Amino acid sequence: MTETLNQAEIPQFPMARAAGCPFDPPPTLKALQEEGPLVKVRLWDGRTPWLVTRHAEQRALLADPRVSADITRPGYPGQTPISGGSPLSFILMDDPEHARLRRMVTAPFAVKRVEALRPVVQKIVDELIDDLLAGPKPVDLVEAFALPVPSLVICELLGVPYSDHDFFQDNSKTIVKRDVTPEQRAAAGGRLAEYLGDLVGRKLADPGDDLLSQLAGRVKAGELSQREAAQMGVLLLIAGHETTANMIALGTLALLQHPHQLALLRESDDPKLVAGAVEELLRYLNITHSGRRRVALEDIEIAGQVIRAGDGLIMANDIGNRDAATFPDPDELDIRRDARLHVAFGFGVHQCLGQPLARMELQVVYSTLYRRIPTLRAATDLDQISFKHDGQVYGVYELPVTW
Amino acid sequence: MRITIDQDKCVASGQCVTAAMDVFDQRDEDGIVVLLTSTPPAELADDVRQAAILCPALAIHIEE
Repeated sequence: MTETLNQAEIPQFPMARAAGCPFDPPPTLKALQEEGPLVKVRLWDGRTPWLVTRHAEQRALLADPRVSADITRPGYPGQTPISGGSPLSFILMDDPEHARLRRMVTAPFAVKRVEALRPVVQKIVDELIDDLLAGPKPVDLVEAFALPVPSLVICELLGVPYSDHDFFQDNSKTIVKRDVTPEQRAAAGGRLAEYLGDLVGRKLADPGDDLLSQLAGRVKAGELSQREAAQMGVLLLIAGHETTANMIALGTLALLQHPHQLALLRESDDPKLVAGAVEELLRYLNITHSGRRRVALEDIEIAGQVIRAGDGLIMANDIGNRDAATFPDPDELDIRRDARLHVAFGFGVHQCLGQPLARMELQVVYSTLYRRIPTLRAATDLDQISFKHDGQVYGVYELPVTW
Repeated sequence: MRITIDQDKCVASGQCVTAAMDVFDQRDEDGIVVLLTSTPPAELADDVRQAAILCPALAIHIEE
């Protein structure tokens, strides 16, 4: 019985990674996975939600309608204090409201629409590499390449002027950091919402062929308030560049540490191999390392355990993607394995909306960067690189490279 | 093999299209799944099973 468990025995979450193992989940998390599919952990506020450690149970619970993503419900295992000023978006709501709002922004992420953007992304990537090759070295790959690629793409898709990217990158960095105060996070969210609100207002008067203009159309039709449209813009802007940027930089570093894998990727012109490599790097790196947070709406029996209504749940997808039951030799980076079942984008109705776009961007980057700069290498030792342990999205702050 | 889909559950992830584009498509206006054929040829059966496993909304049902 959990009630009789000695409170001091419940491990604190999140845990620290092992020194020198920047690509592996924390060893304590691995040990907990061996202990069982559901274990209790203690959060910053003393709450003790279930940590779901295994792939099968994570998928089952993330797809279970008895599990809620509503951050305002008692028992929700928040990462930080919930502040009234935080941007509330459909990712933190349940159906039917979640589905209603999500469907307003799904059209541009349909597979064929994303494929139609591939030449645009290829051009962006090629031009940034031209600039890299023409510029000084060593250079910080994050600043010069990893951040601009997804920023340019999401700006194009949303209809946000790229000239404002310093402003929204600074503010979105603040929002995804773990170690900022709720006030700082709310203030950054407020600045972004105000910016996007103004932009939606301008699109109301002068619509273009972009996603914010479509949202402005919904505002005009009375289906959405201007504030809601702005909040959706904030979500897409942040989600659209923080995640992919980190996958580009951290993925590059991981490949440089695995030269045989990098050579396989560089020497193949098979789009299937490239697509598989993207899936494997998503699985292996799992940059959304804070887990997917939920709360049970009803009693749920799973894996011989009863989750009570109101219990918090954290689906630790980083360790789920290293579950040997689903991925043999899970700690090996093997770009030729079938990794498509990974939960790096989550699972269930909240699975990442932008995943087809993210996949396509990463396919273009991974099939272009290393081939065009075959001698690309890190310009510093691994132990000199600063990792984003404090962020909601894992990655590197800087990656000095040369060639 | 006979396929049915639940458009109400669909979250427009597009995973089914990536897995089996001769069987699944998406609506232009919101990316919701459209079934192109409910009885696909045998050579597409594995792709369709993959699509059902990958679908995050569990919106694809297969009768073998």
